[in-house]
Amino acid sequence: MEYYFEAKKMSVGYQGRPLISDIEISLKKGQILTLIGPNGVGKSTVLKSIARQLSLIGGVIFLDGQSLQKMSGGELSRKMAVMFTEKLKAELMTCEDVVATGRYPYTGRFGLLSETDRQVVRKAMELIRIMDIKDRDFTQVSDGQRQRVMLARAVCQEPEIIILDEPTSYLDVRYKLEFLSLLQQMCREKGLTVIMSLHELELAERISDKVLCLDGKYVDRFGTPEEIFKAGYLRHLFHISSGSFDEENGNMELEAPKGKADIFVIAGGGSGRMVYRRLQRQDRAFFTGILFDNDLDYPVAKALAQNVFAAGAFEAVEEALLKEAKKQIDACRTVICCRERFGSFEAANRELAEYAVQTGKELIMAYEEKS
Amino acid sequence: MRWQQNRKVRYLGVFLLLGISVIIFLICNICMGSVEISLADIERCLMGRETDKTVQRIVWDIRFPRAVSAMILGGALALAGYLLQTFFHNPIAGPFILGISSGAKMIVALVMIFLLERSIRVSSAALILAAFSGAMLSMGFVLLMSHKVNNMSTLIVSGVMIGYICSAVTELVVTFADDADIINLHSWSQGSFSGMTWEHAKAMTVVVFLTFLIVFLFSKPLSAYQLGEGYARNMGIHIRGLRIAMIVLSSLLSACIVAYAGPISFVGIAVPQLVKSLLGTAKPILMIPACFLGGSVFCLFCDLLARNLFAPTELGISTVTAIFGAPVVLWIMVKHKKERAV
Repeated sequence: MEYYFEAKKMSVGYQGRPLISDIEISLKKGQILTLIGPNGVGKSTVLKSIARQLSLIGGVIFLDGQSLQKMSGGELSRKMAVMFTEKLKAELMTCEDVVATGRYPYTGRFGLLSETDRQVVRKAMELIRIMDIKDRDFTQVSDGQRQRVMLARAVCQEPEIIILDEPTSYLDVRYKLEFLSLLQQMCREKGLTVIMSLHELELAERISDKVLCLDGKYVDRFGTPEEIFKAGYLRHLFHISSGSFDEENGNMELEAPKGKADIFVIAGGGSGRMVYRRLQRQDRAFFTGILFDNDLDYPVAKALAQNVFAAGAFEAVEEALLKEAKKQIDACRTVICCRERFGSFEAANRELAEYAVQTGKELIMAYEEKS
Repeated sequence: MRWQQNRKVRYLGVFLLLGISVIIFLICNICMGSVEISLADIERCLMGRETDKTVQRIVWDIRFPRAVSAMILGGALALAGYLLQTFFHNPIAGPFILGISSGAKMIVALVMIFLLERSIRVSSAALILAAFSGAMLSMGFVLLMSHKVNNMSTLIVSGVMIGYICSAVTELVVTFADDADIINLHSWSQGSFSGMTWEHAKAMTVVVFLTFLIVFLFSKPLSAYQLGEGYARNMGIHIRGLRIAMIVLSSLLSACIVAYAGPISFVGIAVPQLVKSLLGTAKPILMIPACFLGGSVFCLFCDLLARNLFAPTELGISTVTAIFGAPVVLWIMVKHKKERAV
């Protein structure tokens, strides 16, 4: 198997002291690697070491079969582009000027741009869609715009591999998606290899071919998103103690309300999620059911409810479960019904709603409520 | 595209303006003074035709070499300032304010006193060498400080302090040296273009011109360095090598100035900033020659005032440069505060 980028026994750190040791990475051309891990764990240090900003403390990196350390600065600059969190200093430079600095490795002795260079700059700006701000002062544009100018600059450099340190941190949701789509497009069309750190785990899960999890002194895991984003893993990696992260859906939930629950939420088919979250905001503990364990509401219920009455997907609801749920309703004061009408497989929930009425519970119809 | 052309027109305009100003001030410096000399006289003098002996002497032996020196050293000073500003990413860095000029002054004074006491003639090369080692000494201290503090104003304050220490030492040795040349030394240690000869002018032209050429050849890596170290390194720049080159070149330029004209204040800060505003860009390939021309104009202008304002009394050149330069520094600081606030 031919790898484009390989790190073997790589140790990174400052002043000869290793921060993270024995990092092993192997990437094929056109793949995207994402580094995830808690704040301050050394993601930037790893990226800086890969970009040769810091010398390696141990190990070797191969780029296209060549040792990265032995490459000349000029050679490396034509293969690798970078985008750090460190701001690029641009005094009296327009956005176009900044993009044009990406052509540096290709210009002559005095760094004058040729007609080809200008065209490449133009194309990069068109690709990233920043033509409208090209004449604006780089220091005067917004953080999000600046980020995109920096990407255009990197594109201009015509690299084979690009190193990005939290490239999406300043972008709003539209530009986040646009940015990552562009990366994906370049990977597919130009065989660009990407190594980046991301804070947005749900995005990391979606875009990465490989994920490197850093925790403490060693690499915790390295693998495909399917291998990494297993239930409960992120809780372990990020030492999450309040709230939860659902690896399968990329959902984040705040901490479940504590205390005695006296509300029962009848939900299903995704109708309950917003109600659960509202109750969480109001710090009111609740029970919910009866949900099939493949229901849209199920992961949120799992994260927020004190108890979830759940049945196996595509299975009939057992009598025992129904009984238990009724018993729970007995102990509650309020029942919130999120279902406007019950489908033929929701007979159990209809029965629960009727039971609530019979036993004289306060029944709130969540779909009618506007407040 | 039109906008691109506008920029080119602007650059061309600035260079024309600076070039013409250099010529005008050069002529003014030769014409004006306690003895007025007409253009026709100058022409006759330069063509080597028959002229009045006094006029010939004033033009050829006094004013012309002095004006040329002011032009060369002024350019060198502005260029040294530009290099230091780029090096420290600090808009108010300069050879004078960082104490580099004072360090050079100190060593030159020591060497001069030592040699004069033994009645050894001080050669141009020895002077420049002494000034260079002094400049490097101060630079070393400043670098040490810049490692410890990463703050624009603290760096400047430490430079000013180094300058004070060096000046104090210089004053001390000048006071206790018992030589007739002390008066000369005293006026030099305040900064002055007076007493320049063709020999001086030739030597400094060679040194400054060569240094200028080398700096100009560095304009591409400098442009990458301006973006910040991380990005420069990614562009394949050998940061350490470039930094050493910048230190040596700026010290050499500062040394050359101090060796001949003593320490001159504010030119190194004010001129690059003014030129940058004129050009509307910080690109080294334009800034390097423009700074040089700007420095020449500024020093020619200031020397003209120093000689003529209260003639026959001559003002110290730093007195004049400070009057015009210090407000520029204040303006820069206010401007920077504003930019930070945005």
